[in-house]
Amino acid sequence: MERLAPAKDRLLKSEKNWMNGEVRGKIIVFLCAFIMIAATISITIFLGQKGLQAFIKNGVSLIEFLTSKAWNPSNQPNPLFGALPFIFGSFAVTFLSAIIAAPLGIGAAIFMTEIAPSWGRKILQPVIELLVGIPSVVYGFIGLTVLVPFVRNHIGGLGFSLLSGMIVLSIMILPTITTIATDAMSSLPNSLREGSYALGATRWQTIRKVLVPAAMPTLLTAIVLGMARAFGEALAVQMVIGNVSKFPHSILDPSATLTTIITLNMGNTTFGSIENNVLWSMGFILLVISFAFILIIRYLSSRRKF
Amino acid sequence: MSTLTVTNQVFDVMDLNLWYGDHHALKNINFPINKKEVTAMIGPSGCGKSTFIKTLNLMIKTIPNVKLAGEINFNEKNILSDKIDLVELRKNVGMVFQRGNPFPQSIFDNIAYGPRIHGTRNKKELEGIVVKALMDVGLWDEVKDRLHGPALGLSGGQQQRLCIARALATKPDVLLMDEPTSALDPISTLKIEEMILQLKEKYTIVIVTHNMQQAARVSDKTAFFLMGELVELDSTATIFSHPADERTEGYITGRFG
Ligand SMILES: Nc1ncnc2c1ncn2[C@@H]1O[C@H](COP(=O)(O)OP(=O)(O)OP(=O)(O)O)[C@@H](O)[C@H]1O
Ligand SMILES: [Mg+2]
Repeated sequence: MERLAPAKDRLLKSEKNWMNGEVRGKIIVFLCAFIMIAATISITIFLGQKGLQAFIKNGVSLIEFLTSKAWNPSNQPNPLFGALPFIFGSFAVTFLSAIIAAPLGIGAAIFMTEIAPSWGRKILQPVIELLVGIPSVVYGFIGLTVLVPFVRNHIGGLGFSLLSGMIVLSIMILPTITTIATDAMSSLPNSLREGSYALGATRWQTIRKVLVPAAMPTLLTAIVLGMARAFGEALAVQMVIGNVSKFPHSILDPSATLTTIITLNMGNTTFGSIENNVLWSMGFILLVISFAFILIIRYLSSRRKF
Repeated sequence: MSTLTVTNQVFDVMDLNLWYGDHHALKNINFPINKKEVTAMIGPSGCGKSTFIKTLNLMIKTIPNVKLAGEINFNEKNILSDKIDLVELRKNVGMVFQRGNPFPQSIFDNIAYGPRIHGTRNKKELEGIVVKALMDVGLWDEVKDRLHGPALGLSGGQQQRLCIARALATKPDVLLMDEPTSALDPISTLKIEEMILQLKEKYTIVIVTHNMQQAARVSDKTAFFLMGELVELDSTATIFSHPADERTEGYITGRFG
């Protein structure tokens, strides 16, 4: 008894400890947030500054950059800076892969939540996790070894093509779309299903006319997130798309995207050169477009009903 | 006399037993329900009222591990036999839930949902159905200017009446209501009670309620359930003035439950 300090002191002391822990925790958390924000801002500033240099310092025409189909930066004395084929290529593989992956992913989500909630999920969930875990280089490698020869022999062209790129990408973004779509469907309140069944609707009518429309904003978010992923993917696409700077005229033509041109050329150009600066401009375009994706996602999320 | 009572019945439930897995939730229920009457079901929590009302449109079949035995005759056809058309049954036996559950669509589309899935395509016809259903529940004047606005923008009481209108739009014979006013304020509750008294001219209504006054105000017959058994079913006046079973009396006078 006597060895204990008076109650008042003990209280004060413990409060002091508690206060210390509290402050330290706060500082750590603030620091984490600050580092993240600072990193994002500095990347944006750096990219913006580097990305604009080609236009400001090197006098490349922004109009030419965005609208011309001719690309040949090392063509002296008349270097050509038309990035349209790559901008188009990026959008083409993104939309085409979404067209394949969206129905598959949403279909799988409906299967897991509505048709076979017990065993469907047990089988599909690990499959999806596995797909997430495979690194992009492996996707690209498989695409290169299996898909490209298959396209060449059975469909046509060189095999290196928009088609191969879009197939590889659609498999890569499938888990993103499926996972978010599954969340969207399973977060719908059961009262919607009950209400529909009680009116005599069949399961399929309930899914098509009540559940999918109710989940639509989140389903669209899933698709846009998948597209954002496809848009930014470089490695796997680069291995199967052919990387030519010509504007593709069919999905069997080889092509290139902003990301693949950057990864292919960044090693061959010197920092500060005009050839290097236009690559930064492409990086800046990627950044601007991913901001656009984020804005779309925010808009869609604000329209979520459940 | 006896032929008259037979034809006057919409539902005739005979020796109904129900199990959730091993749990015997309904025990030997015999329950005739007359046309164009309001039948109220009362009883303490967990006695099986919701379970019973869900057997009448077989919504109970959406719950796994439910076992049923006995007969539920709807218009003299046993709906527990194999060859029952669930779509047709639920079209004829509408249901309203404890909480209004409008679809996140327009007011119009909510009410047109039932008729549409049952094959009505004609726009004029759908409009007619929607207007009439809204008038039946006394919601027309409140929403006529925003039929294409979102149903989730309505108040709780309005949402519940919308759900009743949605159920009426399939032109059912019977309307099942499981505690339709328990989530509503007194004024919305009153509106729904008035509506029930009007609807019974055209529909048979079965309503679960925890509110004795409500049962007394709106119903012709009252059924008292206790621990899965139907203790007593009689005219509401009899149940509330001199019930035959002392357990009923105990419950309505507030001695237990
Ligand atoms: N899905 C279910 N699975 C298993 N048991 C259930 C299920 N639904 C209800 N029960 C059980 O069946 C019994 C009757 O439940 P029910 O919901 O019909 O009661 P209730 O009379 O409607 O009660 P309340 O007044 O609280 O709504 C209860 O013991 C309940 O625990
Ligand atoms: Mg209940």
